[in-house]
Amino acid sequence: MRYLLALLLSGLFTPLSAAELSGNISSEFRYFPEQPLNSQQHQNNSSISAEIEWVKSWDRGYQLLIFTPYFRLDQGDSERTHADIRELTWSKAADEWELRLGIRQVFWGVSESQHLVDIINQTDLVDDIDGDEKLGQPMLNLAFIRDWGTVDLFLLPYFRERTFAGHEGRLRPALVIDQENPLYESSQKQQHLDIALRWSHYLGDWDFGLSYFNGTNRDPDFVINGSQLQPYYRQIEQIGLDIQATKESWLWKLETIHRRNRDIQYAAATAGFEYSFYGIFERSTDLGVVVEYLYDERGDNAPIAFQNDLMIGLRFTLNDEQSSEALLGAITDLESSSTVYSIEASRRLGDNWKATLEGRLFHDISPTDPLFHYRRDHFLQLRLGYYF
Amino acid sequence: MLKWIIVLLSALLSVNAFAETPQERGLAIATAADNADKSWGDSSANMLMILRNRQGDTTRREIRNRQLEVEGDGDKSLSIFDSPNDVKGTAFLSHTHVDRADDQWIFLPALARVKRIASNNKSGPFMGSEFAYEDITSQELAKYTYTWLKDETYESQQTHVIERIPTYKHSGYTKQIVWIDKGMLQALKIDFYDRKGALLKTLTSHEHQQYNGKYWRAARMEMVNHITGKSTTLNWTNYQFSNGYSKRDFDKNSLKRVR
Repeated sequence: MRYLLALLLSGLFTPLSAAELSGNISSEFRYFPEQPLNSQQHQNNSSISAEIEWVKSWDRGYQLLIFTPYFRLDQGDSERTHADIRELTWSKAADEWELRLGIRQVFWGVSESQHLVDIINQTDLVDDIDGDEKLGQPMLNLAFIRDWGTVDLFLLPYFRERTFAGHEGRLRPALVIDQENPLYESSQKQQHLDIALRWSHYLGDWDFGLSYFNGTNRDPDFVINGSQLQPYYRQIEQIGLDIQATKESWLWKLETIHRRNRDIQYAAATAGFEYSFYGIFERSTDLGVVVEYLYDERGDNAPIAFQNDLMIGLRFTLNDEQSSEALLGAITDLESSSTVYSIEASRRLGDNWKATLEGRLFHDISPTDPLFHYRRDHFLQLRLGYYF
Repeated sequence: MLKWIIVLLSALLSVNAFAETPQERGLAIATAADNADKSWGDSSANMLMILRNRQGDTTRREIRNRQLEVEGDGDKSLSIFDSPNDVKGTAFLSHTHVDRADDQWIFLPALARVKRIASNNKSGPFMGSEFAYEDITSQELAKYTYTWLKDETYESQQTHVIERIPTYKHSGYTKQIVWIDKGMLQALKIDFYDRKGALLKTLTSHEHQQYNGKYWRAARMEMVNHITGKSTTLNWTNYQFSNGYSKRDFDKNSLKRVR
């Protein structure tokens, strides 16, 4: 860590010719049409966030320093007001290997509806209930690059706890999550050294990755403690496989994991396709149809919302100067009628602004579904971001 | 005796010239143009794209391009977006192939995600511009069939005019008419005909400069869409050859660290 700091400082004091500062400052407004379940929870909400990326690249791009701090200031939920270092990394590339040291973001997988295989970074759930926002993960990552693929070795020396909405926040369980007192299976708690391995490669139009993880589960279980829920982080082993076959207008996707902890082992999978219609309506608009089946072997006992669900989505890409796009989706439980409808649409305004509309509707959620807690938290959100 | 041989040879040659079909002549010109642009190894350049709508309003995109020549197959290219700011850091990697579909990946920095994307959307607009993906990806000889139409003077330059028809699937064009400068063996103008056979777009190339004493590159390209009235200008600067790129600079790992 000290080495990294020294490197970063040396980077800071060298001429800034090759250094780049970019990022965005965004304000968002969330409209909740329904009263919350609990009177402590806020109504409509405003929030601002900033993500700044400082990059310095040298050695013909074979060495790179990145520093990406992130801040959010939230009107209604003090837990949602938070800061994080998304990235603080030094990377060095060579012909047959790459070394990446520091706090990073790593994504594995191919699916749209959920990310089963992706396990390196913790989810910044309070920031975004989709699970697309991730907390920075400290790591040493060594990649071996050969003709038969890339093998990534990860040493993850520090565990990041998941973020959750506070008692004033929306989109939380009925019981408040006690984020100050998480429980760990390992006596080393956050200091447990997690390890991961991944082999990824492609052959023609098949891209695939086979991964192994041994360490602290990013998804906590919960223990009821009085009127609160305590997150409980178990030790797990996980084997993951992700495959995408790109066959003309078809993208065939599969993600599957086998996960084992001290008490149980189970499999889960996401499988489906995305089919694209290009240039519809005699225009340059593309329409992608996304269909994914979400499965978890634990069935109704699974502490997750999607165990036997079907996602259907329509992705419109207008290919215009403003890069307008929209994704309309629904994930429905095949055993009950619980359905989550979602909309995400964005458009650039001028050269430096971008407007994003996002909405969720929790329809007819079954009382046994974890999403039952969100049944009054439908929202429509407008975000306006300034990019520099 | 010598005289007879010369007469015989010239007769043979003229018969040959006469026997050369427009298809053979078209292919010969395209092959000559392809050969004139061989063995450049690798190159990089900055591209400023100016999109103009019917009202004349403009928006700009800045892209850095890197290319690696691959012997016996299509070239590899990497495009890094510098503007608009909301897509800064997005990178597009393409491995073109002569005999099968191209491999394409895109890196989305906001999600730290490398996505394999379908490469059959040839006719779709690139970044909302009047250039389709098939207009900007590597032009391989085997991707068209050729017919010589005529030789003529275009913009006071001597040119071959050839028709080429895409042989790859999913092209948005039924044919292209290309004006090739006889000296540089570079296209000066291309008319693109859409699937209905109507003139859709015209591309003109300007301000050619020679690099390494051999390779001609246009500094400015203008694409006009005759149907929509929109147009796109490409300004190319900072052309550099022999950067020493290897295939490692065009693999999936490289996508995550290009900035």
